This record gives sequence, C-alpha cells and structure tokens, in this order.
Amino acid sequence: MNFESKLTKGEFCIPECIKCKKIVWPPSEFCNSCFGDVVLKEGPFMGKILEFSSQNQQNFCLVEFENTIRIMAKILKKPKLGQAVKISKCGISDGSYFFEVI
Amino acid sequence: MSKVGIIGYGITPFTKKDQKIESVLLDSARQLFRNNSQINREDVDAVLVSTNNNSKYLSPILSEMTGIQPKISHSVESLCNSGTNSIVSAYSYIASGLANMVLVTGAERYDSPGQILQWDNSRGEFKHPIFWASIFTKSYKREFSISDEQLAIVSVKNHKQAKENPNALSNKTYTVDDVMNSKKLTEDLRLLDCSRPCTGSASIIMASEEKAKQLTDEPIWITGIGQKTTSAGFTKNTSFSTMESTKLASQTALEMSKKNSKDIDVAEIHDAFSVCEPMALESMGFTAEGKGTDMVNELHSTNNFKINPRGGLIGTGHPLGATGIAQTIEIVQQLQSNAGKRQVDDPNVGLVHNMSAAATSSTVLVLEK
Repeated sequence: MNFESKLTKGEFCIPECIKCKKIVWPPSEFCNSCFGDVVLKEGPFMGKILEFSSQNQQNFCLVEFENTIRIMAKILKKPKLGQAVKISKCGISDGSYFFEVI
Repeated sequence: MSKVGIIGYGITPFTKKDQKIESVLLDSARQLFRNNSQINREDVDAVLVSTNNNSKYLSPILSEMTGIQPKISHSVESLCNSGTNSIVSAYSYIASGLANMVLVTGAERYDSPGQILQWDNSRGEFKHPIFWASIFTKSYKREFSISDEQLAIVSVKNHKQAKENPNALSNKTYTVDDVMNSKKLTEDLRLLDCSRPCTGSASIIMASEEKAKQLTDEPIWITGIGQKTTSAGFTKNTSFSTMESTKLASQTALEMSKKNSKDIDVAEIHDAFSVCEPMALESMGFTAEGKGTDMVNELHSTNNFKINPRGGLIGTGHPLGATGIAQTIEIVQQLQSNAGKRQVDDPNVGLVHNMSAAATSSTVLVLEK
C-alpha cells in the first residue's frame, strides 16, 4: 500500500528508503537519493511546531517530523513555537492532502 | 562567450481585462515592432513565450500572428519567474550561436492557473500563496523583531512609485494606516501587503553583440545571470526568514558580472508580498540581515526610487509570465534614462530579482549600459 492509500484511510506514514534509510519526502515510490525502494513507517509520530499563523480564528502551523518532513496543518488550540504535536486527522480531499495536529 | 544585449521592448498596461491570452501576447509584441521598425522580423531566429496559461502552442501562434517564421519556438513555464527563465533561455540560444536575435514575450491573464501549485501537498489545504507568505512574515517578524507597521512601508513606497508608472494596475497612494486597516487576510497579512494577479504582457528583443550594435545605439547588456532552485515544495525551505535560492542566484549573477551589491544603482525586486522585499534585499547583500525594513524606510522617506522604481509587483500588479520581462524592461528604461518621473539618477548597473513559489527558485540578472 502506498503513502496516499494510507493517507486516504487517515493514516500518516513516513516513507523511508529500504536501501539507504533516507526519509523520502514528498512521498514517492523511490528514494530521491539512491532510487531504492521505499517502505512506509507507521506512526504515531511526534512533530514540532516551527511556525504558525491564523486565518479567521483558525490556526495553521508548519510542523516538522523526524527532523525532515514538514507539513502545513490545522491546529485547534493556539499553537506555541517548538510545541510537540501529533497528527490527529489527515486525509485527501479534492486531490489535496489535509492534516490536523494536537 | 559573446555578449548578449536587449535592443527593444514593448509592454501593455496591467489591468483586470478579460482578454484571450493570444491577444494579450500579441499586444506587447506588436508594440515592440511598431516602436523598433529597424528590426527585420525575418532576422528573428527564435520566439519564446513565457506564461502559465494552459493554452497550447502559444509560441508558434505568436510567431504566426507577428509574421515570424523562427527556427526555434516554444513556451517557458516556471510559475512566477517564467519571465526571467525565458530571458535566460534566449541568452543561451544567442551565446551558443544557435540564434542571433530572439523575441521573448510574457503574458498572463488575471485568472492564471499558475497562482496555486497544486502539486505541493506538503502545504496540506493551505496551498494559496497567502499561507506561505504568512509563515514568512511571522518568521521574519519574530527573527528580527520587526513590526507590521515597518513592513507596511514596503506597500506604501511601492504604491507611491507605481503612481508614476502609467502601466501599473494601481494608481493610488496609501498610508501606513491604510495598509494596516486594509482587509486582514490572515493574522500576519493584509490585502495591501499582497501583489495582485492581473492581465498584462511584456516583450523584449535580445540580440548578439554584432546584431545589437547594428540595430541600436543604446543596447543594454546582460552581464550577469544567476539561477538557483532549492526545491519545488515550500516546506523544504531551509529558512523562513531569508531566501536561500535568492542568495545563491545573486552571488552567481554578481560574480559573472564582476560586480557586488554596492555597484547596483537600481533594482527590481520580487515583492510578491511586503515581507519579500526586505528579505530579498538582505539575501542579496544590499543590507544586513534584519535591516531590510530600515533600508526600505530610508528609501521611502528620501523619495529614492532605487528599489522597485516601477512600483514592484505590489503596485504594478503581477501577471506571472510577464512579470520578469516587465521588471527587465524597467531596468532597461532606467539605464537608458528613459523612465520618466521614475528615473533614478544616472544609473549604470541594474539588477532584476524574480522568484517562484515561496523563493524555492530564483533568477537574478545584472544589466549594464
């Protein structure tokens, strides 16, 4: 099962190269370093908020996982810089990924 | 390597017109040839079209509509820096000897599909550029203790300068309070902090040294080119308060032209949002890190048009594929002392900074008399 199939089911996985162990992001079938095959590591994973802002009382933040993967995500409570978070919701809607963290 | 010069240009007003892309393209090319009757269209070896429009075969279409049968004709797309990418391609064709003269035309409609990079799923549902701009703005303010009011001066300055540009989308001036009280798009971004998509077209004709000297008394030479793409995805940026690709591209361009940032007399900077201007100025070495807003404030308070004389993207509008070419035309006009009320005092060296998708890719050009 690939990254998007997992994401569609609400599961956020981290793609990692079998050969060189590099985390592959954005998700791909192949490693962008050695072109090795990729496996999906299953979570949950803890991330760290790097930056945030808000729109119409809805907070959004930039979160980093495993010192490599960064995503933009919703967060319900007022975020703090460096705050540890995990993904509470994720999926694909109209072709776009979505993420929410707590 | 043989020198490459810009020998003519044409540009349209930037508007909100609902006009077919083919007509938009033709408008600036027609103006170019009308204003430069010494240029024989039979001598144009290549026609490059810069656009994010989804219409197909636009370069052969423009060629046919302008009566040119070029050896080389194709489109160039790289989101917001398509324009300077097409200039770099034209330069390469000429410098390599594949072409002697190249027409480069950029055009976009107000509803360009290039405004949102659908591929970048790391942005989640926050794909509109206002979200990366908000992260840049928050990060820049936090890192260097900058206020919203300090950033608002970028918009005030560039709207003021756009008022002297007859092709600009905006012809209004604003105060810092006006910017602060404009519609709040996010916690960190107001409407007047943003450039606006629009319809517009810009064309230049580039030529080899021999051809340029035959056809004009005042060619403007492209003496430095730097480009860097660090990623496609916004979240891969190593910093959100500086522009890495801009820093690297400017170093390459300045090295090629044997200049440094102190030698630049006039510059067009890609101010897609207010925060981009100080970030770019710092990344290119015009001022120290965190001091970009001080420089902007000083330029504004002394009415010095050195940075973004035509009004930047914020004042002039941002028809993506035309922007880099319009920026280049402004520097050509400045170096030819032909910029009217926007004219900077006797410039010899100019710079163009054009970037894409949250500074994941930057192009910097150095132009000289």
